[in-house]
Amino acid sequence: MTTLAPASAVAVCAYDDLTPDLGVAALVEGIQVAVFRLDDGSVHAVQNLDPFSDAHVMSRGITGSRGEVPTIASPIYKQVFSLLTGQCLVTMDKAPQAGHAADLAVYPVSVDNGQVIIHLVGTA
Amino acid sequence: MGTEKIVVVGAGMVAQRFVQSLRTSDAEGRFDVEVIGEEAYAPYDRVALTSFFSKAGPEDLLLGDQALWDDPAVTLRRDTRAVAIDRDAATVTLADGEALAYDHLVMATGSSAWAPPLPGIDLPGVFMYRTLDDVARMRDWVRSRQAIVGRPVRGAVIGGGLLGLEAAGALQSMGATATVVEFADRLMALQVDKSGGEALKGLIERLGVKVRTSLATTEVVADAEGRAGTLRFSDGSEQLVDIVVFATGIRPRDELGREAGLAVAERGGIVVDDACRTADPRISAIGECAAAAADGHVSIGLIAPGNTMADVTAHRLLGREEAYLGADTATKLKLLGVDVASFGDAFAATPGALEVVYSDPFSGSYKKLVMTDDASTLLGGMFVGDASAFAQLRPMVGAALPGDPSSWILPEGAAARPELELPDEATVCSCNNVTAGSIRHAVNEDGVHDLGELKSCTTAGTACGSCLPLVKKILTTELGKAGIEVSQALCEHFEMSRTQLFSAIQVAGLTTFSDIIERFGTGHGCDICKPTVGSILASIYNGHVLAEDRAALQDTNDRVMANMQKDGTYSVVPRIPGGEITPDKLMVIAEVAKDFGLYTKITGGQRIDLFGARLEQLPHIWQRLVDAGMESGHAYGKSLRTVKSCVGSTWCRYGVQDSVGMAIRLEERYRGLRSPHKIKVGVSGCARECAEARGKDVGVIATEKGWNVYVGGNGGFSPVHAQLLVEDADEDTVIRAIDRYLMLYIRTADRLQRTAPWQAEYEGGLDAIREVILEDSLGICADLDAHMLHHLDTYEDEWKAVLDDPERLKQFTSFVNAPETADPSLAYVEERGQRRPATPAERVALVGSASLEETR
Repeated sequence: MTTLAPASAVAVCAYDDLTPDLGVAALVEGIQVAVFRLDDGSVHAVQNLDPFSDAHVMSRGITGSRGEVPTIASPIYKQVFSLLTGQCLVTMDKAPQAGHAADLAVYPVSVDNGQVIIHLVGTA
Repeated sequence: MGTEKIVVVGAGMVAQRFVQSLRTSDAEGRFDVEVIGEEAYAPYDRVALTSFFSKAGPEDLLLGDQALWDDPAVTLRRDTRAVAIDRDAATVTLADGEALAYDHLVMATGSSAWAPPLPGIDLPGVFMYRTLDDVARMRDWVRSRQAIVGRPVRGAVIGGGLLGLEAAGALQSMGATATVVEFADRLMALQVDKSGGEALKGLIERLGVKVRTSLATTEVVADAEGRAGTLRFSDGSEQLVDIVVFATGIRPRDELGREAGLAVAERGGIVVDDACRTADPRISAIGECAAAAADGHVSIGLIAPGNTMADVTAHRLLGREEAYLGADTATKLKLLGVDVASFGDAFAATPGALEVVYSDPFSGSYKKLVMTDDASTLLGGMFVGDASAFAQLRPMVGAALPGDPSSWILPEGAAARPELELPDEATVCSCNNVTAGSIRHAVNEDGVHDLGELKSCTTAGTACGSCLPLVKKILTTELGKAGIEVSQALCEHFEMSRTQLFSAIQVAGLTTFSDIIERFGTGHGCDICKPTVGSILASIYNGHVLAEDRAALQDTNDRVMANMQKDGTYSVVPRIPGGEITPDKLMVIAEVAKDFGLYTKITGGQRIDLFGARLEQLPHIWQRLVDAGMESGHAYGKSLRTVKSCVGSTWCRYGVQDSVGMAIRLEERYRGLRSPHKIKVGVSGCARECAEARGKDVGVIATEKGWNVYVGGNGGFSPVHAQLLVEDADEDTVIRAIDRYLMLYIRTADRLQRTAPWQAEYEGGLDAIREVILEDSLGICADLDAHMLHHLDTYEDEWKAVLDDPERLKQFTSFVNAPETADPSLAYVEERGQRRPATPAERVALVGSASLEETR
């Protein structure tokens, strides 16, 4: 599943446009990315596609924590994923849709000059 | 067809139990059963005879499932009397001369009411209290006398035992007065001692029943028309009466056995051994007509031992030898609403036994425990007025009782009660003879972790239900031991239940999630606790769901005020109060649906649902709807969903009240009310109930005199009919009752708990809820009313508020860097003139493989 793509960095919005704990979706070179600013100020980006429903909805999930790990829950069937690694922590006894892994892709994200930058480095 | 034939003589409760037990275990269909009963009814619940008046009719008292009698292996003959047994021919002769052959005969003839042979006992107006027909005749007599005398009918009950007190309750519920006359020096002489009897007398007199003890009745004297008119007593006194009910005891109906040459005990009852066999190996006797060896050959007038005999006999006939070990005479009764219970050696007959007594003249309760001489082991006990400790203590008879025994009889909270661990062999459910060990086995070995499932697989608590708190406690304890989470904690972030958290937030006056989790929780929250806190904040303060930091707390549906569908788009439901809509508004909805290409469907709750709206389209859609005077229908919220109604008296030929008007009033009152789960309401304009209101959380049904309000109904996964809360009420009373019911539910229900299970699990059930909201037993009605008033004062249309607020509108964009670009993965196909999401196969043809874009 891994194919190398040229590394690219895309500014999607101003950091101040993000509301703590409320995700947004961004369209980055045709890929839908879910971006979250947490209440500690950190910013995280994962794939917007929910592997369990095949719908692009992760940005509209609820952020939270499991132990020390910051998480995002799918708004459709409530699976919970790590925002650090993308790992599916709670499957709700369901399997992902055909063709999808249970875990989310995680995209490196940085804040530069008040802009939120998503790095597409061929991960997935 | 079975190969052997069982004839059961008698069709009472124990006969029913025998047939049910046999059919449950006779997997191979070895036996055919024929049941002969002289009453006109299938077996009914004789213990609940008094409740006949509060139920619709005799059919509500019928026992078990009708399927038992539809079973081809079972024949029930009603209105049929057996008159003789021919043991040599192995036949039972019926009154019409027919002879039924048997391989096995089970006598379950029960007992009959016995009255002393007093002068006047045969007068019209004198009744026995034993059968459904007795009770029906009593009621007819009271009604007809009432119509003639034009004052409350004077009733007297001879006999102050269990049946006598029940009969007094029955008379009261018919509108008659009741005096109980008891020959012994106290009421319930078999169950309680002298002090207990005094306490019981006091409690019962508070309820308006007169009690006279140590008094023998000598004659029933006729009035001028030849009806029972006066009672005459041994002390020379007299009392005027219109109806007399004798409840002076029962006698086993052993005459068939006696005439067939079977041994009969000295005090009546067919003599049987430990396996309920008579001397004739083909004949068994069970229930009150039997005098078992284990009971010292004395007939026992209780249902639980009868059920055990029925099970023992059914299992023996199927080849599984069991023994009837004698009656557990422990009883717990609710007489006229007064708890009376006794168990074990309640009269302290054991040599050296110690009695620990607590008597409270203010509440009228009397409680006693009987302990061994070293005060270590529980021997028995007696409760009058408050039997709350009965279920826990009864199974502990013969076991060491840890701690100070008085902690069990002092008022709750006065002294800490030690935790009790029941021995495995202790009987928990005495109706169905289920031990603590078998319940533990079901939990630990069979993996049953749910109370409902535990009930059905062990049968514990399925008869009278009094042991259910104990069953639940064993379940919780065992699950706790197994390390299975049974805590009330909401999630890993909050140790509290929703109810506790609700009070904590309210008392602390906190308004933001960050303050709440800092004060009462840990971590950063999750998809369980965040929406719960969002709902609690909405219930307490009724602020906007997206105000302050609340948007991030809401499930996606509340966050964007629409219902997310499987492809990530939303459906939109404008409010249509009561289901009434003008053609103009209908046209606005139609135009919006057409302009945005929305799939349109009528919902089950009489609303119109528009599907396929994208996030960024929602404000545009709602601007059109709000401009046309419509508002959010809250189809997305844990809140009032719809008030469904029939067309009612304004158009319907049969309607007796304006159900649409009532529905609109209710919907406009409770719209936007946030709650632990969704709330549905229905209003029907007459008893035909076209709005199916009894399947709703609140159902309002018109009567000739006003409205009946039903609560706690549910459709869905486990349908429940709503229960009657108030009857024939005027509109304001209806509103007040619903206001308080909903507010109490909102404050005390668990997360995602609908009204039906909340009501069932509320301590004391609907009766207690009724006391709280109608009689203000907790003194919180003013508070509940104030909260509803606050809701009404602060209601605003959520959608209009968002449209007026540019900051909140920013959330309704598809992509932060391409705000009006549609989600490119969405794909639709047309079906029956509308569009629907494409299936995975259809998508491949439309947009290529769904997974492609993620793999680059």
